[in-house]
Amino acid sequence: MDFAFFLIQLLNGLQYGLLLFLVASGLTLVFGIMGIINLAHGSFYMVGAYLAWSLSSMTDSLVAAILLAVPLTVILGMALERLLFRHLYQRDHLYQVLLTYGLILVFEELRSIIWGDDVHGVAVPALLNASIPLTDNLSYPVYRLAISGVCMLLAAGLYFLIQKTRLGMMIRAGASNRDMVQSLGIDIKLIYTLVFALGVALAAFAGMINAPLSSVTPNMGSQVLIICFVVVVIGGIGSVKGAMAASLMIGLAETFGQVLVPEVAGMIVYVLMAIVLVWRPEGLFGKA
Amino acid sequence: MNSRLTKFLPWLVVGLLALFPLMESTFYLQLLTKVLIMAIFAMSLDLLVGYTGLVSFGHAAYFGLAGYALALLAPKYETVSLWWSFPASIAICALFALITGMLVLRTRGIYFIMVTLAFAQMLFFVFHDTKLGGGSDGIYIYAKPTMKLGEMELVNLEKLEQFYWLVLFLMAATYMLLHRVLGSSFGRALLGIKVNEHRMRALGFPVFRYQLASFTLSGALAGIAGYLAAVQYGFVNPEILSWHQSGAVLMMVILGGMGTLHGAVIGAFAFVLLQEVLSNQAWFGIAAKHWQLAMGMLIMLVALYLPQGLAGLMQRFGRKPVAEAADD
Repeated sequence: MDFAFFLIQLLNGLQYGLLLFLVASGLTLVFGIMGIINLAHGSFYMVGAYLAWSLSSMTDSLVAAILLAVPLTVILGMALERLLFRHLYQRDHLYQVLLTYGLILVFEELRSIIWGDDVHGVAVPALLNASIPLTDNLSYPVYRLAISGVCMLLAAGLYFLIQKTRLGMMIRAGASNRDMVQSLGIDIKLIYTLVFALGVALAAFAGMINAPLSSVTPNMGSQVLIICFVVVVIGGIGSVKGAMAASLMIGLAETFGQVLVPEVAGMIVYVLMAIVLVWRPEGLFGKA
Repeated sequence: MNSRLTKFLPWLVVGLLALFPLMESTFYLQLLTKVLIMAIFAMSLDLLVGYTGLVSFGHAAYFGLAGYALALLAPKYETVSLWWSFPASIAICALFALITGMLVLRTRGIYFIMVTLAFAQMLFFVFHDTKLGGGSDGIYIYAKPTMKLGEMELVNLEKLEQFYWLVLFLMAATYMLLHRVLGSSFGRALLGIKVNEHRMRALGFPVFRYQLASFTLSGALAGIAGYLAAVQYGFVNPEILSWHQSGAVLMMVILGGMGTLHGAVIGAFAFVLLQEVLSNQAWFGIAAKHWQLAMGMLIMLVALYLPQGLAGLMQRFGRKPVAEAADD
């Protein structure tokens, strides 16, 4: 493997990892703060990709489609939290699994009714449709670099929001003691709604920006969900830092696995998870 | 209900079910066979969810693995004897459950749910992505296994009603086995672990070993169902170990009312029949194509409003108050 080839795989792995982080961070926040297991999180990723496809074919611009779609997904997230998830906070995980499993079926069928079962492609925005030449016959697409950049900006924003702002302080306090925060006069219900909507929007946004790279397919939601579960298990529930570390680890492991040992590439992430379970069952950054 | 009736009711039900082939309806006989296989599957999961307090979302792994074991153990165009292929398939499931159990039981709660799902998905990708089990197309099982006693054909699995009786027998046997196990001191200890793990540990019970035993037994019993399902359909493909299968069986357990063995059986009946009704094109026309929409909504309604399942619903309308034990 020469250096240029290695560099391309490295960048691909990082880009994939950063994208995973967008989906997994919402999942881990909802786990950590509300104590909810949400199987339907992958569906939000799928909804994002399909919105990007249908809106960009209407407006002829992916950027316009994303600007239109993100507010829609925030509204979707708030509505779902108000109507469904709110009733599950005090319930056993079993019922959360069941409800969100039902929700997956509903999302899948609605997708089938509204958008059909075909595989679609989304065009890379013209402005970013270029490649940086590395050697005579190897080059790296600008769009992938742009995605990585956007993901890093969002990750930094998320870190700032949670660690440095007043809202973030309330979120962290709500995660450790819901009743105490409420009796201090903070509207915890509103905070939960916001956090949930943030998670939905992040997952959907990941689906939107990734639409030009991977085709928009019916079962994309469940694939990303399972990988994100692995990310959360490795990183530790509720830890955004852990989600970042685990996402990059999985992204690199899977990308290099596919190049070096393609036969067993699908297994690598699960082997990683098994190792972490034996070594640190609470995850790399989880609280024991 | 008085205790004498409760004691004989299961036998009465099995007796009535045994007479069903007299109806001579191929379609309903096959459907009922499927229901009974799913009942075995649901009971195996109920042992984990309802009696040990472990919510597994990857139970299809053991179900599917047994099917693949049969398909891979059988020679391609010849028959295989059930006498060794059946125990061998179950043993493979038990072994896989033992190994995965040692890993997943290091976690609890949400983690446990995610990790069981992830391991099931790993198995899914092994069969989906490699040529081992024919990839996404799966493998056909051209000839049904044989059950011979010396030269005599004991049960002919090609005959629908004989296969049905075998399935019914194994369903009743599973029910009895679990009934015995749960009534034993081992079963009482499992319930104790479900209610309060720390207390049981403090009392000196080797909690991990009890859970692992339960997990392994549950995987083996799911294997019985998976083997029978593979025999019935005549093929296996990765779908049988997909997470939709895991979700469906969890739904059966909860729909019937978890923590009651007959509830798992009722849940399997209700779920399979519901699936059949909702996807009936003659009744629902174009909507039948999207039957999963109605199913998804029903599942959500059960999760929100019927946490005790159908068994709980029946009790609510009966004279007895709902047992408090099921509330934790």
